[in-house]
Amino acid sequence: MDWVWNNFFTGTDSNVGIWGLTLDHLWLSALPIVLGFVISIPLGYWASHSRVARSILLSVFSILYTLPSIVLLVVVPVTLGLPIISPTNVIVALTIYAIAVMLRSATDAFSSLSQDVVEASRAIGFSPLQRFFRVELPLAGPVLLAGARVVSVSTVSLVTVGSFIGVDSLGNLFREGKSTNFGTEILAGIIAVLIIALVYDSIIVLIGRILLPWNRRASRRSARAAELREVSA
Amino acid sequence: MIEFKSVSKLYADGTHAVDNFSVVIPSRKTTVFVGSSGCGKTTLLRMINRMVDPTSGAIEIDGENIANTEPVHLRRGIGYVMQNSGLLPHRTVIDNVATVLFLTKVPKVEAYARANELLDTVGLDRSLAKRYPGELSGGQQQRVGVARGLAANPNILLMDEPFGAVDPIVRIDLQAETMRLQRELDKTIVFVTHDIDEAFLLGDQVLILEKGAKIAQRGTPEEILANPASDFVASFIGADRGKRRLTVDSKVKAKGNDVVLIDAGGYAAGVISAPGGKLAVGSASPKSRSVSNKTSQAGDG
Repeated sequence: MDWVWNNFFTGTDSNVGIWGLTLDHLWLSALPIVLGFVISIPLGYWASHSRVARSILLSVFSILYTLPSIVLLVVVPVTLGLPIISPTNVIVALTIYAIAVMLRSATDAFSSLSQDVVEASRAIGFSPLQRFFRVELPLAGPVLLAGARVVSVSTVSLVTVGSFIGVDSLGNLFREGKSTNFGTEILAGIIAVLIIALVYDSIIVLIGRILLPWNRRASRRSARAAELREVSA
Repeated sequence: MIEFKSVSKLYADGTHAVDNFSVVIPSRKTTVFVGSSGCGKTTLLRMINRMVDPTSGAIEIDGENIANTEPVHLRRGIGYVMQNSGLLPHRTVIDNVATVLFLTKVPKVEAYARANELLDTVGLDRSLAKRYPGELSGGQQQRVGVARGLAANPNILLMDEPFGAVDPIVRIDLQAETMRLQRELDKTIVFVTHDIDEAFLLGDQVLILEKGAKIAQRGTPEEILANPASDFVASFIGADRGKRRLTVDSKVKAKGNDVVLIDAGGYAAGVISAPGGKLAVGSASPKSRSVSNKTSQAGDG
């Protein structure tokens, strides 16, 4: 415990302390989560509407997902012509992983929309753009957010791999702790990563509660509504 | 007035969903398309608001070819009620009713006021306004669907098997409501159903359709019942099975002047009063649904 307090703001191998590494970790994981989410929505929508797009997109990202992260972290800078220790490499690589997971969720989310509701919105005069933003996107929301939660956890843990190519994150604690055979440092790293994952998960759940109030109420009361239908029948 | 002029719909696989269909749908009356599933009746309905565009032929509303009207604009001016309500599950009841008003940029206060009135019109308690559709019964959802269809005060209301998925008791209720609304609001209603009893109950004009939306017979319910045009029609309305041919039951005594009627199968179908042994005579316009408005508006003519 003393080690944690002594190294909270300074110390560790890059001398930014646990807190500094946590901040690095936060933005290195936040960007791929957000980018993966935003990019997957149009791709998933496209995939849910075209069988060709679906099979091509899903297989390409499935293949990319099977690449070990350390390989991707080497391939990305070579492809993009970036220095190998640039944080952009980590962000690009993790965004690819994020899309690989998120795209499937997004495709499922848009494919499983009630056709009755989509048709009805067309019939009463939503334009295609209004239909997407006011009907399809909100209704896909619960499945999209469930996907985002998976992506969030996996991205937060994957960021640590960046430490092995020299991009600072809480992974530094694993690397350093391993090389000096110092268990406390590794444990501190694990706990810090877990806390970030929990915080991000809570934020996503909270966003869902705020943006999709109907989702909770509907599921809580659907049992009651079913009962009502029984009675009126 | 809605007019179909030699309308055909050919799908890519070569099936003729609609084959050379022509008919005039008069304003302020209820016209019912009735037929078995796959006969093209829903396709016809969806052509009126350009959910489906015909392969050939034209559809005119008050003499204007709707192919010249932008579909989104056209749809906002035509009420649409479908099976399973098609309500937006993420919007409250009141927002669902006001949807079309929001789309046409009616100010919020005005839209909500109108939506609240519509809840009254369709017989829903205003306390349901803040609920989500998932929290309502099937019958209530269908009423919200009707209210939404009426929100923009359209002259034309399209109803696609709106009561197909509710239980029989609620359905009878909703049918009665539809007749009341038609009496009060005087809309041009085009109604699609596969239920001939519903068609006869609601229709001023009934079109019995065969495959390819071929008109087997068109007329008032009375005309069709009195003179089925073909064996197909006779079979469809149940005349050939004797379901519509009623005779007086000689064995059972009902109270007062009533006698019990049975169909050809020997099943009880109803009672009729027969004072002094003579059957009561009625006139064949019992519904008095269409009381014409004085002002003329689109949908007339």
